[in-house]
Amino acid sequence: MDVLQLLVSGLANGCVYGLVAMGFVLIYKATEAVNFAQGDFMMLGAFICLGLTNPQFMGLPFWVSVPVAIAIMGVFGYALDLVVLRRMSGQSQIAVIILTIALGFVLRFVAGLIWGHEPISLASPIAGKDIRLGGVVLGMDEIMVIGVTLAMTIALYFYFNRTKLGVAMQASSQNQLAAYYMGIPVKRIQSLIWALAGMVAAVAGILFASKGSIDPSIGLLGIKSFAAAVIGGFGSLPGALLGGVIVGLIEPFASRYIAAGYAQIMPYLLLFVILIFRPHGILAQVHQKKV
Amino acid sequence: MRTVFKTSYDADIDLFKHGAQRNWYILLLVAALLLPFVLSEFALGEMTNLLIWSIACMGLMLLVGQTGQPSLGHAAFLAVGCYANVLLQERLGLPFILSFPLAGLIAGVAGALIARPMTRLHGVYLAIGTLALAILTDDLIVLATPLTNGVMGLFAPDIQIFGYGFNRYGNPIRLYLLILAITVAVVLVYRNIQRSPLGRSFAAIRDSEISAQAMGVNVARTKAIAFGISAGITGLAGALIGHYAGIFNNETFNVILSIQLLLAVVIGGLGTIHGAFFGAAVVALLPQAIAISRDLLGKVMGGGTIAIPGLEAAVFGAILIAFILFEPQGIYGRWFKIRTFFELFPFYRRDMFRRQKSYLKTERMR
Repeated sequence: MDVLQLLVSGLANGCVYGLVAMGFVLIYKATEAVNFAQGDFMMLGAFICLGLTNPQFMGLPFWVSVPVAIAIMGVFGYALDLVVLRRMSGQSQIAVIILTIALGFVLRFVAGLIWGHEPISLASPIAGKDIRLGGVVLGMDEIMVIGVTLAMTIALYFYFNRTKLGVAMQASSQNQLAAYYMGIPVKRIQSLIWALAGMVAAVAGILFASKGSIDPSIGLLGIKSFAAAVIGGFGSLPGALLGGVIVGLIEPFASRYIAAGYAQIMPYLLLFVILIFRPHGILAQVHQKKV
Repeated sequence: MRTVFKTSYDADIDLFKHGAQRNWYILLLVAALLLPFVLSEFALGEMTNLLIWSIACMGLMLLVGQTGQPSLGHAAFLAVGCYANVLLQERLGLPFILSFPLAGLIAGVAGALIARPMTRLHGVYLAIGTLALAILTDDLIVLATPLTNGVMGLFAPDIQIFGYGFNRYGNPIRLYLLILAITVAVVLVYRNIQRSPLGRSFAAIRDSEISAQAMGVNVARTKAIAFGISAGITGLAGALIGHYAGIFNNETFNVILSIQLLLAVVIGGLGTIHGAFFGAAVVALLPQAIAISRDLLGKVMGGGTIAIPGLEAAVFGAILIAFILFEPQGIYGRWFKIRTFFELFPFYRRDMFRRQKSYLKTERMR
C-alpha cells in the first residue's frame, strides 16, 4: 500500500505546484507577461493567512481569515498592476521577467521582516487529521488540497472559455489594439487578471501551509512550478495542473526508487526532454508565426 | 556635438569614432594602471573583484545585449570555467597560462553544445530552460563528487606565471594588473566581434529573427556561436573567481548568482560594454556599500551594527525595479542622455529618447 500513499502525497504536492503554475498561466494568457514572483505571491498569501489566524499574531478564526487573506492578495495583485506593471506595457518580455524576479527578492525580504525567517506552521483545523480507508491512511489536508485544486481548475477553465470577462481577457492578450476597438477596457482587464493571479496564489499558499510549516524562502518552489507549467504547456490551464501533478508524482517516486542525488534533478531532466522534443508542452496551444 | 566627416566606408566600423574618444579611453586605461598607487590594499581587492565581475558581465552581455537571448543560467558556465581551470592545474599539472584559456575553451564548448537544443526556444521558454540549467549545475557538481569534491569544495592554487606568483593577499597589485590585462583583452575581443560580420548577425537576430533569416543569416548556427563565445568569456571569469575566492564548492555557483549576473547586465544597460562595467560595479560594490552604511547607521543610532538578513538582495531588487521602471536603458542609458544634454546644450529635448508606443499582439490563436 506504500505506492498508494506515495501517489496521494505526490498528488497533493503536485496540486500545489499546479495551482502556482496556474497563476503563471493566467497572467501569461492575459498579458503575455511571465510573473517570476508567483511563488513569492504564494508565500505572501500563506503568511497573510497565518498572520491572521495564528494565536501569536491576530488570532482570528481560520474560516474568517481564509477569505480575508484571499481578498488581501487580490487587492495586492490589482494594486501591483496599477502601480508597477502598467508602466511596462509595450516593453519586452524579458524586462517584465527581470522586474518580477526583483519583486520576488523584495517580497521575500518584507515577509522575513514581518514574520521572521524561522519556519512557522499554520494553525489550521484540517492539519493532522486522517481518514482511514482499509489499510491506507490518507491525510485530511492532502484530500483537501486535491479537492480544492480540482474545483479551482474546472472553475477557471470554464471562466476563461465561457464567460464574457474570460473571453475579453484572452482577446486583450491576442491583440491589444483590436480589443480596445471592440470596447474592452484592456487596462482594467489586465489589473483584474493580476488580482485573480494573486487570489489563486493565496489559495495555493494556504493549502501549502496547511500541509506543513512555511518560511519566507518557500517562494523558490515557484521554480518547480515553472517546470510544471512548461511541461504541461504554457498557456493552458489544464496543462498547468497536469504538469504540476506530473512533477509532484515524479518527486516521491524518484526519491524512493532512484539514488539520492539523482532524484531531485528528475523534474528538471523531464523539463529538458519536454523542451527539446515538444517545446510548447504536452497540451500545446495553437501558434502561428507572423513577421 | 562633434560631426565626424567620414571619408571611407571603413570609418563606420572604426574602433573609435574619433580621435578625442580614443584619447579619453587611453586616459581611462592610464587611470586604471595608476590605481594601485592610490588605493589601499582592501580597496584594490574590491577593484579586482569588480574587474572579474565585468568580465562575467561582458560574457553575458554578448548573449543578452548583443544577440537578445536571455540566459538565467550563466552561473553554470562560471562553474565549468572555474572547475576546469583548477582541475587542469591540479590533475594534469598544466600551468595557469595554459589552463586558463583551456578553461575558457571548455566552457565555450559546453555552451555551444547546450545551445543546440536551447536555441530552438524563444523568450520565456529560453529563460526557463536556462533557469533549469542553473539549478541542475548545483546538483551536478555534487553528483560529480570524485571530480569536483562536491560539498567539501576545492582549493584554488596561487596563479603562477613564469615563476611569478599572484595572490590576493600576498601581492594584490600584481593580481590586479594581471586581471586588468585580461579585462582589456576581453574588451578588445568583444569590440572586434561587434565590428565583424558575426557581430552584425548577432544584432540582426536580436532585432528580428525572421528578418535576419531573410537576410541570409543562419539563425541556429549564429545563436550557437553566440552562446559558445558568451559561455567562453564567462568561463574565463569563472576561472578568475576561483583564484580570487581561493575556495569554492557547489554553493558558490547557485541560482542566485545566475540571476544576479542577469540583473547586473540589465542595470548597467543592455547592449553596451560600458553597461557591463557599470552593472559589475553595482553588483560588486553594493554589499560593501550596504555594510558601510549599516555601520554608519548603527553608530548614529547609538546601538551596535544591525544585521537584517536578506537586506542585500532586497536593496538590489529595489534598485533594479526602479531602473526598469524609470530608466530601462540602464546606467549607460542615463549617462548617454546626460552627455547628449551637454553636447547639444540648449537644444536637448526630453522626447528625443521617447519610446514608440507599441501594442501587444501574440502568435497564439486561442
